Amino acid sequence: MAIPYVWMIVTSIKPIEEIQTYPPSFCVHHPTLQPYKELFSLLPMARYMLNSLFIAVVVTLSNVFFCSLAGYAFAKHHFWGRDKIFLLLLSTLMIPYQVNLIPGFIIVKNLGWLNTFYALIIPNLAMVFGIFLCRQYIMSIPNDLIDAAKIDGCSEFGIYRLVILPLIKPALATLTIFTFLSQWNSFVWPLITIHTSSMRTVPLALSVLNSQFGFGTNVAMVMAGATVVMLPVLIVFICFQKYFIKGIASIGLKG
Amino acid sequence: MRVNMPSKKSFLKKLFEQRYSYLFIAPAAILFFVFIFIPVIASLSLSFTRYNALSAPHWLGLDNYYRLFVKDPRFWKALRNTSLYVLGVVPLGISISLLLAVAIDQKIRFKNFYKTMFFMPFVTSVVAYSVIWKWLFAGEKYGLINHWLMKLGINPVNWLLSPTWTLPAIMIMSIWAGLGYNMVLLLVGLQTIPRTFYEAAEIDGANTWYKFWHITLPLVRPTLLFVVIMSVINSFQVFEQVYIMTSGTGEGVGGVLDCALTIVAYLYEIGFQRFQMGYASAVAYILFAIILIATLVNMKVVRSRFEY
Repeated sequence: MAIPYVWMIVTSIKPIEEIQTYPPSFCVHHPTLQPYKELFSLLPMARYMLNSLFIAVVVTLSNVFFCSLAGYAFAKHHFWGRDKIFLLLLSTLMIPYQVNLIPGFIIVKNLGWLNTFYALIIPNLAMVFGIFLCRQYIMSIPNDLIDAAKIDGCSEFGIYRLVILPLIKPALATLTIFTFLSQWNSFVWPLITIHTSSMRTVPLALSVLNSQFGFGTNVAMVMAGATVVMLPVLIVFICFQKYFIKGIASIGLKG
Repeated sequence: MRVNMPSKKSFLKKLFEQRYSYLFIAPAAILFFVFIFIPVIASLSLSFTRYNALSAPHWLGLDNYYRLFVKDPRFWKALRNTSLYVLGVVPLGISISLLLAVAIDQKIRFKNFYKTMFFMPFVTSVVAYSVIWKWLFAGEKYGLINHWLMKLGINPVNWLLSPTWTLPAIMIMSIWAGLGYNMVLLLVGLQTIPRTFYEAAEIDGANTWYKFWHITLPLVRPTLLFVVIMSVINSFQVFEQVYIMTSGTGEGVGGVLDCALTIVAYLYEIGFQRFQMGYASAVAYILFAIILIATLVNMKVVRSRFEY
């Protein structure tokens, strides 16, 4: 199961001569960081990592805020059209994202957002999945708590901030993990909206690396690239693996 | 029938009283309408036009759909490849996941370690693991998989440059990648089965196979249904794996002779390499229809087969 990962790391620290020796071996006689050095000098990897990090952080924070806010209104407020609007949101979860790809591209193009952070960030600021997750969780909060806060003179936003937010932390943790992951790993949307090299995200950079060197001799550098893409996520995952698995077990949806 | 119609004024007043609710949903709702609702509708209408994103769309009626089904052998190839992929990855992947889940559900040591290990592909980028598998599948003797095949006395294959083996290679990788996710969900299902059922069966002299077939399988059915549906939906959308594994072969997104051209790979090629956006929208809607039908069929089959 973990062999591909081990093989990736092993290859990424092998000097070229050892990669070309036969039979392929898991031992590295002269480990080297040369592939990593080459990678970072060939491509502005630090810049790409910053791009990815920036997008993932902004989108995650925004989803946590807007989805919980909307989720609260859908769960506890009574307003005209509430159920119809929510049903409409929910029904689009069934539609494969490819259906949105072409018109989404056209909209982003007409807004002049191609090759900018706007294209990668703004369409994802509040995703339906997050609203659904928050609403389900907030439904289980007793109304009495909200009524009590109202009687004490709490404003609507105050109720959200002081009563709801502290109570839905587990849901927000799950939402944070999944949004961050899906943004860090996101590939198809950046692939079609980003064409300038300085705006690339890490998976996009890896794909470029792959198409240029994938079948060539510089496989060590490609493996170094793969390591760079997944290392941050793997570290976070191994530290918080309980929450990841609990999160997926409770919602069962692919982020 | 008596209808309690509020007067216009009081209706507006009510809306005003609910202004906080609308304010709370406004950011999410606006984004939803601009980036999801409008695109879904626009995609449908684009699918009846010829559009290259530069000049105005030209109305074609049903021509795009006619062309796809009647005059486009590559679309049929994509449909065939995707169906093969789904038929391979879903049953095999889920059977292995179920066996693993049952194994891990026993009282074994290092349970969490196994769970973590199997779950790893779920959190790593598809691009990254596809790149790694591409190296594992490398042709001749330097690829690890070929090396092992040779050790077993099997002739090595040039996996990703051979029209026969590209799709199976991608399927093997996808099965590996999906195991953890399916397994974790199935484990949740397994844990809802009361232990007393097994104990009772043991007293009656049931063996392991009997217990699996007559207790585990029927009771894990609702979870299984969910896992099958999710897996089918995801498998029909396969793209990134294909894009990465076939790049560098000197051919299009579909690999050598379109041997791994899937529906979404074809959509990408028409829409974003040839900029035939109307035609690509038609492909997107057909994919949507296929997924919808497959989901409904799944729900029906799995329900009726195991209902008791």
